[in-house]
Amino acid sequence: MENIQSKVGEPISEELTLVRAAKAGDVQAFEELVKRYDRNVFRIAQHITQNREDAEDVVQDAFLKAYSNLGQFQEQSKFYTWLVRIAVNEALMKLRRRRPERTVYLDEDVQTEEDSMPREVADWSPNPEQQYTQAELRDILSKTIQGLPTGFRAVFVLRDVEGLSTEETAQALELSIPAVKSRLLRARLQLRERLNKYFKRQINGDSIR
Amino acid sequence: MNCSDFLKELTDYLDGAIDERTKTELDEHLAWCHNCFVVCNTTQKTIEIYRDSEVYELPEDLRTRLRTAIVEKCEAHKRDKGSGPVKS
Repeated sequence: MENIQSKVGEPISEELTLVRAAKAGDVQAFEELVKRYDRNVFRIAQHITQNREDAEDVVQDAFLKAYSNLGQFQEQSKFYTWLVRIAVNEALMKLRRRRPERTVYLDEDVQTEEDSMPREVADWSPNPEQQYTQAELRDILSKTIQGLPTGFRAVFVLRDVEGLSTEETAQALELSIPAVKSRLLRARLQLRERLNKYFKRQINGDSIR
Repeated sequence: MNCSDFLKELTDYLDGAIDERTKTELDEHLAWCHNCFVVCNTTQKTIEIYRDSEVYELPEDLRTRLRTAIVEKCEAHKRDKGSGPVKS
């Protein structure tokens, strides 16, 4: 089985040069770091907040916070992991402000009614995503992931969409490694279960659309 | 190995993060258990679809607007603080 590949695999030394220049006050160097990671931060923010305007705010707030706190970045971890941690915290703050009645904590061990045991085991068509247009597919994937608890969404997006390692995800979300693994398994299985209705193989010409 | 043992190892199996011996046991289970085979394949596909589908992409015009705003705020912060980021 092929490994999930990392989307963020830049040479560290070049990045450290930028980080150190930015630490010394070079805004242009910091802009290079923004260009490198703004798409990632936006994706993470939108996955967590599920709101476009909030995600835009999170991108700005997270980068500004990163810039103004660069002195605290110890260079023992990757700059990107440190930035993701800031972005996740900003996104959670947005979520709490918007939905104060539902306080959101990542370390809650959420037991959902629909837990991870597969209920429907149906094979999918060979290329199920090709049954839909790009826009339809985005809509399906976005609606499907919205239903997951925030902590599951955060772990799934960092590990499987952004390609962080289990250790980096644990660091960014301040969770233990077993907690990341358990949430990841449940997130993956719940998404799989929910996508069944869109992607399962059609039998005897029955259309699911 | 039964199906629930298999499920417990599924994440590490998909990530290639298991030792050879466990992998062999899981492969043997998959060879005869059709349900686990399907769950494994469709879970792998779920990950691939999310990874490749660019559900929330940042449009170029918005990207430029956000970057300009970030740079302006950083410049303002630098002016206010005198030298840039706060030194530790």
